[in-house]
Amino acid sequence: MLYILCPHCGLRPQTEFSYGGDATVKRPELNKEISDQDWDNFVYLRKSPRGKHLELWQHISGCRQWIKVERDTLTHEIFTTYKASENT
Amino acid sequence: MPENFRLDKGGLINRNKKISFTFNGKKYFGYEGDTLASALLANGVHLVGRSFKYHRPRGFFGAGVDEPYAIVQMNRNNEVDPNVRATEQELFEGLEAKSVNCWPNVDFDIGAINNFLNKFFPAGFYYKTFMWPKSFWYKIYEPIIRKAAGFGAASIKHDKERYEHKYEYCDLLIAGSGPSGLASAYAAAQNGARVILAEDKSRFGGSLLTSDVTIGNQSGQEWAEKIISELKSMPNVVVKNRSQVFGYYDHNMLVMSERVSDHLPKTDKYIPKQRLWYIRAKEVVISSGSIERPLVFGNNDAPGVMLSSAAKEYLKIYGVLVGKKPIIFTNNDSGYETAIEFKKNGIDPIILDTRKKASSEIIKEAKELNINIKFSYVVVAAKGYKKVNSADIARISDDKKNLSNIENIKCDCICVSGFWTPSIHLASQSGNKTKFNEEIDAFIPSQSKQKETTLGAANGVFTLEETLKTSFEKGSELSKQITNKENKVSVPTIVEKKSSSHDKFWCVPLPEGKNYKRFLDFQNDVAVSDIQLALREGYRSIEHVKRYTTLGMATDQGKTSNLNGLQLVSDVENKVVPQVGHTTFRPPYTPVSIGAIVGREVGKHSKPTRKSPMHYWHEKNNAVFVDAGVWLRPRYYKQGNENLFEASKREAKNVRQNVGVCDVTTLGKIDIKGPDAAEFLNRVYTNAWLKLPIGKARYGVMLREDGIVMDDGTTTRISESHYHMTTTTAQAANVLSHLEYYLQLVWPELNVNVVSSTEQWAGAAIAGPKSREVLQKLFPDLDVSNEGLPFMGYMEGNLFGVHAKIFRISFSGELAYEVNVESDNGNYMWEKILEIGKEFNIQPYGTEALSTLRIEMGHVAGSELDGRTIPYDNSLEGLVSKKKDFIGKRSLRKSAYVEVDRQKIVGVVPLDKKTSIPEGSYIVKDAKAKLPNPKLGHVSASCWSVEYDNPFSLAIIKDGKNMIGQKLFAMSPLKNKTIPVEIVSSHYVDPKGERVRS
Repeated sequence: MLYILCPHCGLRPQTEFSYGGDATVKRPELNKEISDQDWDNFVYLRKSPRGKHLELWQHISGCRQWIKVERDTLTHEIFTTYKASENT
Repeated sequence: MPENFRLDKGGLINRNKKISFTFNGKKYFGYEGDTLASALLANGVHLVGRSFKYHRPRGFFGAGVDEPYAIVQMNRNNEVDPNVRATEQELFEGLEAKSVNCWPNVDFDIGAINNFLNKFFPAGFYYKTFMWPKSFWYKIYEPIIRKAAGFGAASIKHDKERYEHKYEYCDLLIAGSGPSGLASAYAAAQNGARVILAEDKSRFGGSLLTSDVTIGNQSGQEWAEKIISELKSMPNVVVKNRSQVFGYYDHNMLVMSERVSDHLPKTDKYIPKQRLWYIRAKEVVISSGSIERPLVFGNNDAPGVMLSSAAKEYLKIYGVLVGKKPIIFTNNDSGYETAIEFKKNGIDPIILDTRKKASSEIIKEAKELNINIKFSYVVVAAKGYKKVNSADIARISDDKKNLSNIENIKCDCICVSGFWTPSIHLASQSGNKTKFNEEIDAFIPSQSKQKETTLGAANGVFTLEETLKTSFEKGSELSKQITNKENKVSVPTIVEKKSSSHDKFWCVPLPEGKNYKRFLDFQNDVAVSDIQLALREGYRSIEHVKRYTTLGMATDQGKTSNLNGLQLVSDVENKVVPQVGHTTFRPPYTPVSIGAIVGREVGKHSKPTRKSPMHYWHEKNNAVFVDAGVWLRPRYYKQGNENLFEASKREAKNVRQNVGVCDVTTLGKIDIKGPDAAEFLNRVYTNAWLKLPIGKARYGVMLREDGIVMDDGTTTRISESHYHMTTTTAQAANVLSHLEYYLQLVWPELNVNVVSSTEQWAGAAIAGPKSREVLQKLFPDLDVSNEGLPFMGYMEGNLFGVHAKIFRISFSGELAYEVNVESDNGNYMWEKILEIGKEFNIQPYGTEALSTLRIEMGHVAGSELDGRTIPYDNSLEGLVSKKKDFIGKRSLRKSAYVEVDRQKIVGVVPLDKKTSIPEGSYIVKDAKAKLPNPKLGHVSASCWSVEYDNPFSLAIIKDGKNMIGQKLFAMSPLKNKTIPVEIVSSHYVDPKGERVRS
C-alpha cells in the first residue's frame, strides 16, 4: 500500500486517497473552437507510461484537496508531490 | 496408549500438564507446550497424510513453517479449519484433527492406486490428458480431479469466529526472534526506537533453542529468555509470538498474521481468533533464518525421512525421539549436531557423510562419542511403505557418479541435511535484487529497493559470533538514524563449535536397473524425473518449468524444494544456478486464512450504514427498508397484511389524491459560496445559470466531459453568492469530487467554495394536491400561495420554533414542497408534518411509491441516467444551452450523438393493460425473429400506474422520437416473458406539467 505525502496534511496511507489519472492533461479552454481530433484526444487518449508518471490523487478522506503525485508506475516509488496550484 | 518415544526428561514442555487429544478418531496424550506434530511423534505416529498426486503415505518432514506433509483438518470450537500444519498447531485439551487427501482413511487409501499408475501421471499430465474431448472437462474430468486432488475441505458454513485488523506504525519491524532478531531488537530498543519484534512460533529464540552455544555465561536459550524479558519490559517495544510477517508490500508496509486463539480450545468472547497487523515501518530487519535443504534419493518421501534439524528440534524442545535407530544422512556438519543429540540420549545413530573426509570441532566431538561415521556414503533409497524400516546405502565414488557396495541396513528414521537455504522470501518480496552465493549454494539478499536489512542466517551468515556482532551493530545503526540516540551495547563473548565446509552434492544417482521416485517437491509430488521430462519437452525458463511441473507451487511455496529444483535444472542444462535464476517470491510467506484477510468487514460491517434522523420513526411505523447505496431508506410502510405492491400503490395513490410525505434526507446536498458561484454553475450545468434570481431554484443537468449525463438535481440561490445544490443520493460523493476537481485544477481563478452539507439537513418532501394546505398550517405566518411561493420558489420559515428552508420543487409531478431543517430537528419536523397533515389524510410514502410517481410522470432518475445516456436520450435536450459552453458540451457534437434515429426515452404500456414488464426487458419489433433478436432498446424502469391503474414502463429505444404509437414487444429472456406493448409518450400523466404549477 502506497504512502503518499499530502502537501497539506503530511504522509498518509493510500486508503485516504482516490486516484484521478494523468495530471498533465489540460482541459481545452471554454468557448474556443477545437477540432474533433483534439477534443477526442483530451477526453479519451491517455499515455500508459512505464516509469515516471505525473498523476492526480484526491485526498478524499482528508483535506479533500486534489494533489499531483510523481510516481514510478513500475516500482511505485513516489518522487515528489505537489499542491494543485504548484507548477511541476 | 503410553508415549513410547518421549524421553524421561528434557525439552521445554510442561510435563506437569498432560493433555489429551484425538487424531483420526483415536485418543492420544501429550503435554502442554507440544505441537500436534511433536505429540503424535511422541506416540510413534508417523503416518499423517497422503500425498497430493500419488496418494503416497506421508509423515512429518519438518518442525515448522516449511512442513510440506503434515497438513491436517482441525475441528475446533465447532468450526472446521482446513490445511493446518501440524508442526505449528499447538496442542490443547480436546484438540481434534484428522488427515486430509485420503479416502476412506489414511491407513487404507483407495487413491494410492495412483502410485502404481504413476507412469501415467507424468509432468503436465493434466494438460496432456484432459484436453479432449472438450465436453468431458466439466462433467467428467474436473469432478474426478477435484475429488482426487487437493487437501483439506473448507466449510460451507458461515465462519462464526472473529477476526480483526490492526494498523501499527514503528521505527523498526523485526521479523524473526532468532539470534539476529533478538540482538538487533535489543540494540534498537536501547536507542529508544519503537520496535516490533515478531516471532512465528510460540517460543522466542529461533535456533538458540536448539543449538549448543554459550553467550556470555549463559546457554543460548537462557540468553534468549533474558533478552526477551528485558524487551517485554520496555515501553517502546512490542514483542509478539505466534505472529508471522507474511507479506512485504510497497512503501514499507508489511502485513503480519497473529494467531491469537488458535492454540486455545476455543476463542474467548470479544477476542479474535486471528489478527492481521498492517505495519508501516521506517526500517525493517529481516531475521527470518534459514531452512534446511533436503538431500534427494530414492523414496525420500517415505514417513520417517525428515530434516535433521527437525529431528534435533523434536529432541531438544519436545523431548521426543523421531526414531530409535536413526540414519543421519548429511553433506555438512549440521547432521552431526543431530547425531550428537541422539547419542547423548542413549540412541546410536549412523552418520552417512557424502564428503570424502572432513574435520571440525563438531566432527571431533562425534568421533569422541563413538558415533559410527561413514564418509563417502549415501542413502540410495528408503525402504518401507508406511514407515521407513531400512535403507539401501552405498559408497559413492569421488566424482559422485557411481555407487558401489550397496547394502541394506535396518533403521526407523532417516534424518537428512543438505545444508541451509536462507529464507529470503520477505527480502525478495520487497524488491530486493537477490544474488547467488556460491559458498552456500543459495540466494541471499543483495541490493535493497526498500528500507530493509537482512541479518543472520537469512543473509547467509551461519556463525553465531558474526550474526550477533553484525546484528547488534545494525540494530544500533538503523535506530540511531531515526532516534538520534546512541546507547552502546557490548557484544557478549560467544562460544560455539566451528563447522567445516559443506559438500555441494545433493542428489543421489539411481543405481543401475532401479527406477526409484526421487522427490524434489514433497507437497506437489514433483520428482526428479518430472523436471527432466519437462526439460526434454523443451521447457527452459524456470518460470515455465515451475508451472508445467507445479514445482514449488504448493501451499509451502517450495520452502524445501526450490533450490534443489534449480540445481537440477542447472545440472541438466549445464548452466550455473544464477543463470537459471529463481522464481518470484510472492506473499503470503505462509498461508493466511481468508477470515483474517476479511477481518471484521463481514455482514453489516462490510459497509457503513447511514440512517436519516427520522430512521427510528420509520422503524416504529412498520417501514420496510431498502439499501440505497449505504443509506437505509423506507421502501414502504406496511399496513396490516399488505405486500410491497399493495402498500406502494396505496401510498402513491394517496399522493395523487391527498398528500404524502417522504423522507428525502438522503439526497446529496452541496453548499456553494463565492462571488463566482453563478459563473461556476453556468459551466457545470448544461443550462443557463447566470440570471437565476435570489430565492429561486432551478433544475439542472451536469455532464461528464464525454457528454454522458453525470447527475441531475435542483440548485437554489439562497443569497447573492450562496447556492444550495442537491444531487441524487447515489452520485453525491462523485459530484462533490467533480466540482472540487474543476475548482482546484481547471479553473482555480474562480472564487468559489464547495462543501458537502448532506448530513447537516434533514429533508421531507410534502407532495400532493393538499400539500399547500399542510404547508400553510406548518407555517401560518408565511404566504405560501401560488403567488407567494410559486413553482421553483424558495423561502425560509419558522416551523414551530425551528428554522426551516422551504423549496417548492417536485419529483412526484404533483404540487409539492421540500422542507429542510437542521438534522437534529429532523424527527421533530417529521412528526409535526404528520400531526398537522392528519386532517388532510397525509401518509408517509417510501421509495417504491416515490418511483411509481416519478416513472408515470416520465421524470428520469438513476436507471435512465445510467452512465450511458446523453441529455437527448432522456428528453432533456431542452436544457442544453446553445449559447454558452459547459463541461462536456463539445462531445455532444459527436456523430453518434446526433444521428437522426438516436435512442430516446419513451413510455411503454402492455396491450393487455395487465402484464407488468420486467425491468431490463428488451424492446423488439418481431417477437419471433431469429436469435439474437435485434433489440431496439431496453426497459429502464417499471411501475403500476396509479393514475390509470395499469402497468407502465419507461424505455430508452432507438428512434424513440418516431416510435410513439407503434406496437412492439417487450422480451425478458430471464423471466421467459414476451409481452405485446404499445409505445407512448414518456410523460404518461399530466404531460403539460400543470399540477406542479397549480
